Formats: sequence, C-alpha cells, structure tokens
Amino acid sequence: MPPPSILERLTRSLRNVFDNDSLVATRELTAQDVDGWDSINNVRLFIEIERDFSIRFSAAEITSLENVGQLADLIEIKLHDSQMTP
Amino acid sequence: MDRLVDLPWLVSPPTDFRQQVRSLSECTPRSRALAQRLAQFRVDSSDLHRLGIAINQIASDCTDTIRLGVISNGTTDLLLPALSASALRHGVWLRVVGTAFDQVAQESLDPKSNINRAQCNYVLLAIDHRGLPLAPTPGELERAHTTVDSALKHISSLRSGLHNTSERTIILQTVPQIGSRLFGSIDREVPGTMSWLIDRYNDELRVSIENSADLLLDTAALAETVGLSNWHDPAQWILGKFPFAHAIVPIYADWVGRLLAAARGKARKCLVLDLDNTLWGGVIGDDGLAGIALGNGSVIGEAYLNIQRNVIALHDRGIILAVSSKNDDHVARSVFRSHPEMLLREEHIAAFQANWLDKASNLRAIAETLSIGTDSLVLLDDNPAERAQVREALPEVAVPELPRDPALYADTLLAAGYFEAVRFTADDRNRAAQYQNNAARSRLLVASTDLDSYLQSLEMRALCRRFDSVNRARITQLINKTNQFNLTTHRYTESEVEAFETSAEGLTVQVRLVDRFGDNGMIAVVICVEEPPNWVIDTWLMSCRVLNRKVECATLNYIVACARAANIRSLIGSYRVTERNGMVKDHYAKLGFELLETDDSKSRWALDIAKYEPIAVPIEIMEIARPAETSDTSTVGF
Repeated sequence: MPPPSILERLTRSLRNVFDNDSLVATRELTAQDVDGWDSINNVRLFIEIERDFSIRFSAAEITSLENVGQLADLIEIKLHDSQMTP
Repeated sequence: MDRLVDLPWLVSPPTDFRQQVRSLSECTPRSRALAQRLAQFRVDSSDLHRLGIAINQIASDCTDTIRLGVISNGTTDLLLPALSASALRHGVWLRVVGTAFDQVAQESLDPKSNINRAQCNYVLLAIDHRGLPLAPTPGELERAHTTVDSALKHISSLRSGLHNTSERTIILQTVPQIGSRLFGSIDREVPGTMSWLIDRYNDELRVSIENSADLLLDTAALAETVGLSNWHDPAQWILGKFPFAHAIVPIYADWVGRLLAAARGKARKCLVLDLDNTLWGGVIGDDGLAGIALGNGSVIGEAYLNIQRNVIALHDRGIILAVSSKNDDHVARSVFRSHPEMLLREEHIAAFQANWLDKASNLRAIAETLSIGTDSLVLLDDNPAERAQVREALPEVAVPELPRDPALYADTLLAAGYFEAVRFTADDRNRAAQYQNNAARSRLLVASTDLDSYLQSLEMRALCRRFDSVNRARITQLINKTNQFNLTTHRYTESEVEAFETSAEGLTVQVRLVDRFGDNGMIAVVICVEEPPNWVIDTWLMSCRVLNRKVECATLNYIVACARAANIRSLIGSYRVTERNGMVKDHYAKLGFELLETDDSKSRWALDIAKYEPIAVPIEIMEIARPAETSDTSTVGF
C-alpha cells in the first residue's frame, strides 16, 4: 500500500482538474467513474501530477495504467528512484 | 518564481480564486468586472483553463466580443481557454473557435468550414515546421530555395483562402527553431538544413506580413526568449501532438492577448514612474543629490542607469512618460535638472506629479492632463505597498510586480508586454515632440487675452484628404483607440479600412492639423456612407489634443462642401452612448443639426445641405487630392 499521502495528493489533483470537490482518489477509481474524464482532461491531470510530484511519465506509462491504484504505485516508485540519485 | 514562463510581473491569486471563478455567470457588469480582475492574477494552468472557460462563456453573451479562430497542425484544446483568459487580461473580450486536429487546409480553404461559418474577426494560423512542406536537403542550395518557396506558397494559399471568404485579419506565426542541431555550429550556414530552411522561411514571412494588413505573432522570438529546450517537448508531441510544452501555454497565450489588444488599440500608452528606488537608489529627500546611487561608479548605480536607458528607449518609440512621486516638487525636479548621471530629463516627462498626495489621485490627475484613460497607464514602482494601494484603488492601471533586485526591473517591465504595437508610424515617433509642442501652445494660451485671438494666433491649417494607403495604419489606429470624442465608436480592422479607400460613393476624410508650433499629426477621421439622397455619418472621431479649437466646425464645413459637390440632400448623424463618450452628446446640436429621434442609448440628427451656412472658423482648410487625380493642392476658402 502506498503511504496515504499519495492518494490524498491525488484527491487534490482530481478535484483541481475536474472542478468537483466531492471526488476522492481510491485505488479502484478509473476514468469511467468520473464525469468528464476524457483524453484531454487526462492530459491535464497528468500535467498536474507531474508538476505536483516533480516527476515525469512516459507515453507508454500513461497509456498502460488501468486505475488510480496502479498510478499511485508508479508514483511511489518514481519518488523512491529520485531519492536514490545522489 | 522568477522565470519568465511563470509571468513574474503578475500577482499571486487569492486563496478563494476558484470560488470566485465559479461565481461568474452571464454578461452582467458585475461578472465582467470580476472576470477582468481575476484575469490579472498569475495562476497555474488548471486555474487558467477554468477561468478561460468561464470567460469564453461570458464572452458569448457580450456585444463587444471579438472572435478568434485557431487553425493549427497541433492539438489546441488546452490552449483555447488560456487565450480567452489572457486576452481579457489585456482588455479584450475574446471568444475562441477551435477546429478538429490537423484540419489546416480544410478549415482555411472550405467556405463552409467551422472557422468560416463562425465569422471570426481574427484567425490564428498556428503552424510550425511540422505543418509545412520543409524537407531538409543539406548542402543542396537550389533545392533548399525551392523548398522554402513551396512552404511560403502553401501559407500564401491558406491566407488567400481565408481572406477570400470574408473580411478578417490573419495572425501568422514565425516558426520556432528546432531544438537540436544536425552538425553543431554550422547548421544555419549549410543550405538546406532544417535550421537554415526555418531561418529563410521566417525572413520571407516577415516581409510578406509587413506589406499586408495581416499580423505577426513572432513565436520564433518567444521560443528563443523562453529557451528552445523549454519550448520543445518531444514526448508531449508524440503523446498528443502538442506543438510546444504545456508549461509554455500561459506565456504564449499572454503574447497572443497582447497582440490582439494592440490590434484593437488597447495597448498601454503611458509609463508612470516612481522616483526613489525606482529611477535611482535611495531617497532624494533624505540622501540628497550626492547620496543617491546612480551612475557607473557602483553596482546599484549601474542598475538604475539601465532602467533609465530602457525608459528612454520606450519614450523614443512613442510611449508617454509621467512621474508620480512622494516628494516635494522642487526636490524631485532637482535630480532631473542637476544630477550629472541622470539620463532622463524634464523634457522627457509629459506630466510631473511630485507631491504628498496618494498615488491613485496622482494617476487620475496624470490621465486627465494627458487626455487618456487610466486604463492606458502602467506604474513602475519599487514599493509593494504602493503597488498594492494602486491596484486596489485603480484596478485598470497595470502595475507589474517587481523582483527585489533593481537590475531586473527593466527586463521585467519589458517582458510584461504592456506596450505591444502592431505598427510603428511616424506619428508614434514624433509623439514626444508633439507633447513638447503642446506645452508651448499652453504657454501661449496663458498669455492671450481671449480664446478667439489665441486661436487666430495659432495660424491653424486643416489638411483634409480621402483615406489612402500611406496613412492606413494611422487611420486604423485612431479608429480603434479613440474613445472620448467618438460619436459611434465603430471599430474597423485594417482590411476594412482598406475597403473604404476604394469605395466610390460616400466620403472618407482624414484631417491633419498644422499650426504655428508644429504638426499635430492626424487628428480626425470621418466616414460617410451613401444612402441616396443622403450621406450617413458612420464614423466621426477626433483626438482630444485638439479640443476647443473649432476643428469639428472646420471639418463639418469641409464635409458639407463635398456633399454639395456630390448633390447630397442631407447629412444624417448619429450618436451612440458609451461609458467614455459623454463629451460628444451635444456635438450635432452644437453644429446646427436637427434632432430626429432620441432615447437613452442613442440619438439621430439631420442637416439640410442646401440651407447650410459655413461656420466662421480660425482655421484654413486645405484639400489634398490623391496623387492619381491631380498634383496640386487647392485651398477651399471658408
């Protein structure tokens, strides 16, 4: 399980991008569950996340993710990797 | 937050920014005012996007909205809302019309395309090297020239296609250099490399825009300014065909906003300068002439010299300078008069307010003295508290945030682009001289015993011409930026002004006023449209610089003389109420027109040509015929 803080930060990003303060990031959440989560807003969401966590996603990574849980796991790996570099 | 791409001259938003955006609704005065305030903040791309959508919505209800169609070889969905928000930051209500991805030729050439059906006033052709037939052929000069020619022909046919469908202005982009080098240092020298092709294409494109009514958005310059490595993002292009990095969207949108504002006559006209710690280091009242830091002797002194040099450069291109400082007047002026390192002198300053009043009052006084709106002012002030006070009291004044280091003031001010221009005319260059001449005229007025003898002593001559191509840019400028002495506030683009040049019926007039002290430049524009047997006065505007000189009477004498020669029965004038033109409510009454009808928002008037007696004016009217017709000037004696 990723630490709660990643999901909390994703909740904030989701609310920011979709302008909906009732959204909550859960591991099971997918694009189908959220109104307006189309390809353009997907791009906007990843811009937010990249900026918030100071990480970059590749096109392959973005298209391979199936739900928010996988996204959170990938973020945790990237954060850990960036700590490893001296 | 000092990087250019973060728009550091803008203020950070309040914490309830998002809530305020949600409260925006339709085109009400409250929503409009709130939207304009919100557009002044430096917000992240998500909030800019949200604000842009709300503004676009309001814009669709407003009557002063202009429509911009965007045609691109890249994806523009994330750009369009940012354009609306950024345009409003510069005073333009903008509705954007997008197109499906990569439909460049279809949108430009099909008369039934989205862009053409939406009747856009402006079309932005946002095409980069990937949307042009630029195939590199390194080392092959002949083929390289042919390649550039075919790329230019391609753009030319898109332009023609868009122009043929309706009267509109096209905004063309230069192509940003690519981010990588094939050789290294010789790329731009070897003919046929992509870098070489882009350079040639951009040079030719600039020339072709100069000789047309279309506008240039110099994206190549913007890309250089932010840095090519920041501009390009290959991953984002592959992912979603985004032509440049997302982080660049806000500054790109701001550049488009400035350009549209400049084209609509809304670029700022006057830079108001604080003095202490803005033009020199230290406080003159405390430190004295010997104690302030200015000059090559110190790091701080050099920073302030740099600021002054840049301010003078702005003055020399036609930006009016004013001073607003909390100081005794003679103490403030002593620096301009006596400090050996001062580059700015009193004669550069058109309005000098050094006193102990608050800045907002001084700014209002400056605007009134210069006969311009407070929305034409920019305030350069090192003090955050003063800046905040002015922003609160006069939200329409542009007040850039400044970094703590004065070495960065000049670049920050210029980077904000308040003084963007689409043309540079001789009248612009001479603006400083005109203000000095005005000062001389004011001194003469004080010396005269009465108004009539003063006006006679000016020895005024009004040079009247039809519209012509030489003066087209200046005519367009006046049509778009004159707000007070403007009867109908009809705005026309340069293409539309060009169309008036060749119309056979009706009358177009540009009036240039010369007097004993010099040339005032072009100060009035009139357009009469024929509706047989009458002429309807579609446009009548005049510069506030020549108020109370009977210029409008002389202009009417001229119009009537032309109408008589064309067998016109009556002149029909109309007055359309706006926030700014209250001064001309009784214009037609004073000129002897008869009132036909009136209500809260407009009035219509008529003048019988046969019964008209020319008004006695202390102005000699001279008609300058077009070169094609005759080469002599005739004096129409009234």
